[in-house]
Amino acid sequence: MGTEKVPSSIIQFASLDKLLALGRANSLWPMTFGLACCAIEMMAAGAGRFDLARFGAEVFRPSPRQSDVMIVAGTITKKMAPAVKTLYDQMAEPKWVIAMGNCAISGGPFKFDKNYSVVEGADQFLPVDVYIPGCPPRPEALIEGILVLEEKITGKRRWPRVVPT
Amino acid sequence: METSIWRPILFLVGIMAFAGVNAAWLGWCERKGAGHIQRRIGPKEVGPYGLWQPLADGIKLMTKQLLVPQGVDGILFRVAPVLMMIPAITSMVAIPFSEGLQARAIDLSVLLIFALASIGMMAILLGGWASNNKYSLISAARSVSQNIAYEIPMLITVITIVMVSGSMNMEEIAKDQMGGFWHWNIFRVENGTFLYMWISFLIFFICSVAETNRAPFDMAEAESELVAGHMTEYSSMGFGLFMMGEYLNIVVGACLTTVLFLGGWDCPLGLLPGVWWFLLKIYILIFSFIWIRWTYPRTQIYKLLNLSWKVLIPFSLVNLLVTAVFLKVF
Repeated sequence: MGTEKVPSSIIQFASLDKLLALGRANSLWPMTFGLACCAIEMMAAGAGRFDLARFGAEVFRPSPRQSDVMIVAGTITKKMAPAVKTLYDQMAEPKWVIAMGNCAISGGPFKFDKNYSVVEGADQFLPVDVYIPGCPPRPEALIEGILVLEEKITGKRRWPRVVPT
Repeated sequence: METSIWRPILFLVGIMAFAGVNAAWLGWCERKGAGHIQRRIGPKEVGPYGLWQPLADGIKLMTKQLLVPQGVDGILFRVAPVLMMIPAITSMVAIPFSEGLQARAIDLSVLLIFALASIGMMAILLGGWASNNKYSLISAARSVSQNIAYEIPMLITVITIVMVSGSMNMEEIAKDQMGGFWHWNIFRVENGTFLYMWISFLIFFICSVAETNRAPFDMAEAESELVAGHMTEYSSMGFGLFMMGEYLNIVVGACLTTVLFLGGWDCPLGLLPGVWWFLLKIYILIFSFIWIRWTYPRTQIYKLLNLSWKVLIPFSLVNLLVTAVFLKVF
């Protein structure tokens, strides 16, 4: 569970672990934190049409101590990277990272020869759990990303997966 | 029954259960209310109507890492969240929920509740100070100035109630208003003169919104300026206790307003008085707290203080004088 490798104990509490995972998956509080245009889509996901609140994930906490998931929404410049890393370090354990958009996945349109200002992907310095492609991804994609993170925590999918026809 | 050992035990269990259920599910009410006010649905997938949301939040908060950052004042940092919660629960001891349904009939119960309510402000001050964080410290200073500013008009309006009822005992104040809404303190008629007590009610309600640090007066937790105010450094259940303490303060404020102005457990038409009317009234008041929070934007600190010192305190003083004159002269 989570991003850290926890050594398994001798005594196992399987049902309790399931309960904890269920609790954590159903109240993923993201951090109020946007880097670029993907953050606009993140705000749209919290607003009326898409409503992230249905899954209990709308409580955008301003303080990293109280948030569970960091949605890296946008381009990480080399100047911004230390601040992002500090915020990640300040979050309390269990914590997860979602890389939202092509810039946070790989640098996106800013990945080219002699690139001097943009970090090429959040996974260069953060343990990323879920990647959401798109430039920017639509709010439905972000909600799907949160559902995938829930699946990663509990091992079960909430809704049947939509297969493109 | 009065001296039986079961009475305190039953009341203790009952009050703890009432406090716990309210602290947990008012969070759900708030999120659901916010959703509907903003034309969203709100929590919906976790249980029927999202009703298991507080359980999921509770499990998550309790199993999150309890982080005590470097450089904080260890004892005060740990004491502050508890200090937020305890006075709110303790003041429920003095609240008469119905005839005879009061844990302890204290003669000065109004005074006791106000004394306990000021301890909640100490919790914010200690939490902000002990966090060793500049945002928390600013928030602590703000909340102290705000609470001092709003306690004065609140207490002055309570003096008018005490003058009219002639008692500081909550149960007697409530019993004084029995028999239909025209007997309630808000529509009080004394010796054939209408006392304009709804002005006192309005001042009291505004002050109780400000005292419980709710928007539009949430200067302590000003998200856009001070990160999360006094709660910035608190993770896991430290934050949870602050949150629950806030909701319990709202419940106590609503109970106080109901007993002092809205006739306690009295039915508006004088039929079947009982604890159900009391609960109905406090939940209507709590809903209006949530309604106000999600309708109005936050004010600024100096406008907030101006409202208290320049408007509410003069108004409440004049109100006190006029009420005294009406009571004595007519």
